Amino acid sequence: MAKLNEAAVAQIEGICDRYKNEKTPLMMILSDIQNEYGYIPLEVQELVSKKTGISVAEIYGVVTFYSFFSLTPKGKYVIGCCLGTACYVKGAQIVIDRFSELLGITPGQTTKDGLFTLDALRCIGACGIAPAVSINGKVYPKVDVEEVEGIIESYKKEASA
Amino acid sequence: MSLINIKIEGIPYQVEEGLTILEAAKKCGYEIPHLCYFNHGECSQGSCRVCLVEVKGARGLVASCVYPVNDGMEISISSAEAVAARRRSVELLLSDHNQFCQACDKNGKCELLHVAIVTDARSGVFGGSHSEVHLDEIAPGLVRDTSKCILCGRCIERCKNAHGLGILGFENRGFNTFVSPADDRSFEDSPCIQCGQCVNVCPTGALMEHSEIDKVDHALRYGKKIVIAQAAPAVRAALGEEFGYKIGTPVTGKMIAAMRRLGFAKIYDVNFGADLTIMEEGTELLGRLKNGGVLPMITSCSPGWVNFAEYNYSDLLPHLSSCKSPHQMQGAILKSYWAKQHDVSPEDIFVVSVMPCTAKKYERQRDQLKVNGLSDVDAVITTRELARMIKRAGIMFDRLPDEDWDQDIMGDYTGAGVIFGVTGGVMEAALRTVYFKLTGKESDPIEFKEVRGHDAGIREASLDINGTTVNVAIASGMKSARVLLDDIRAGKSKYHFIEIMGCPGGCINGGGQPYVREFFLPNEDDDILDTYKEKRAQALYSEDERMTLRQSHKNPQVKELYDKFLGEPNSHKAHELLHTTYAAREGYNEIKLS
Repeated sequence: MAKLNEAAVAQIEGICDRYKNEKTPLMMILSDIQNEYGYIPLEVQELVSKKTGISVAEIYGVVTFYSFFSLTPKGKYVIGCCLGTACYVKGAQIVIDRFSELLGITPGQTTKDGLFTLDALRCIGACGIAPAVSINGKVYPKVDVEEVEGIIESYKKEASA
Repeated sequence: MSLINIKIEGIPYQVEEGLTILEAAKKCGYEIPHLCYFNHGECSQGSCRVCLVEVKGARGLVASCVYPVNDGMEISISSAEAVAARRRSVELLLSDHNQFCQACDKNGKCELLHVAIVTDARSGVFGGSHSEVHLDEIAPGLVRDTSKCILCGRCIERCKNAHGLGILGFENRGFNTFVSPADDRSFEDSPCIQCGQCVNVCPTGALMEHSEIDKVDHALRYGKKIVIAQAAPAVRAALGEEFGYKIGTPVTGKMIAAMRRLGFAKIYDVNFGADLTIMEEGTELLGRLKNGGVLPMITSCSPGWVNFAEYNYSDLLPHLSSCKSPHQMQGAILKSYWAKQHDVSPEDIFVVSVMPCTAKKYERQRDQLKVNGLSDVDAVITTRELARMIKRAGIMFDRLPDEDWDQDIMGDYTGAGVIFGVTGGVMEAALRTVYFKLTGKESDPIEFKEVRGHDAGIREASLDINGTTVNVAIASGMKSARVLLDDIRAGKSKYHFIEIMGCPGGCINGGGQPYVREFFLPNEDDDILDTYKEKRAQALYSEDERMTLRQSHKNPQVKELYDKFLGEPNSHKAHELLHTTYAAREGYNEIKLS
């Protein structure tokens, strides 16, 4: 636990306390932590284990089961490329490959400068605008492979502004 | 309990309501093949799909280990569809299973192979991918090899049920799922206590003790050292099971004969060390009572328990007796007093402990237990490993004569030492000696039956010894121990002396003991999973009753050891050789690179 500072410990304990009356609080606690910090490292899982009595191995199992949870920090901009059936047949694979090529990372990885994380998503329910890409909640419809470079540049510009 | 009517293969039966099909069928005389289900549903995930049966009117085949019977149910175990489905389930498991069976130490006791034979499953029916293998051979006590894991979850449940720990869990998803301590750590880099309960329930060879047979072989064949073996009390109560004896048959004489034929120079009983432990621990307790020391004092014989304390209750470490465990004490005496008597250097002695325990493999490597940089014990093999060595040597165990321990210097032992192997035994042995020390006479009757048991759970007793009230408690399995420990933490504990053993039931049910599987034991009663601990315990209590000397302080060679070498219990010399220290440990935070 040595790596966590006091403020973080207090905040995570606070999150655990929010759901102390729930029968099965784990998913809600982990969701809040994921949203708050962007990832759930082992030290944080140990703290959650102490607060809830759920074993670390079980928490780790849940964190690694759901792709929504992450063990490592995500980038400032999380690029989610939908690879659901509709997007896939509309060329989503070429789109995500282009992101991969330009950012130099494979899906699931984060760029060294901490700016971008590339995620492959299963259907995000936007089949009408396939292929869809979602970046920090903003959805890009009918993405053409030629647009990818421009999208990346716009975020780089935003970050350096 | 109301009875309901069911039919199996068209034949009517009456069974209790609320049973699963698997349990009900068993009562009617059918053993439905199963894998993930274990021990009255201690584990039943319904995940392996090996126990599928046909139920009239049900949608598809049902998993009999989780499906309850109801009135009028018609079940077919041997319908063509059910038979084919069970076979297919096993074939699918085999398709992603390491099938180097002849090189697997679980061979002969493997439940996957058993159901494969029963269901007539063929290997190689399904091709395709193999999941990534995670192999942990770093921990001294345990080995995890996921190439043999069938994801039944028994180990996960046992760790939770016995200890409330839950070291193991499922990681990842789908085909990438594997069982592991969090973060795919080695057991060594997690707060695992290495008790081996998970090994005892694993149906395959995915979880095993970390074998030290090679090390022993090397010492016996090529080494220039004197190889001395010492066996713990619980081993004799269970070793016979490996050779077809009924559970609870003590095989002390044949075990010694077999060990002699394996080539050990001397064979001693760890009971001598147990008697020595009582002298030291009893004196320590009386000292703490008299001088206002830290109370309650807690026993320290079980390395699983010591590990648990260091990880989870480090604030209570001053409560632990400073005594080493019996085999460590005996190893220390072998490498000092015995060495001196035989005019050999301590470095030239190789001590092998035969233990019912996997945590002892960890314990023997502890720095705190070394004397002048030398470990007391050089190798620890489990009861199962000893059986493997005996079988490998072609020794026909049942034809062996009954032989006796080597008698020089440390051959004597008392009944008090024997009962160390069962929960409550150390307490009873200590009370016999403490009674004598406080009153100057022997207790009558000798036994303190109120502290006896053979399973997890807490027992307590309050004894009035010559005006001194001694409150004692006993727990085995960390789940029970937590209750007593939390009371101490809260300042509410009324006890003076507590015995804690890592495994539920004590050493008789240790992580290195023979596997108990009802279908590999056709001559045992149906309820053997409920009674084996009691039967093994009985083997030890009966040996205690047969002994003429039943109190540790009466052991003549222990007395001699004090007269000639140690001085008196808790003397400076005794502290140097027989006592140890403990230290808090962080669970997941430290990765040990050694």
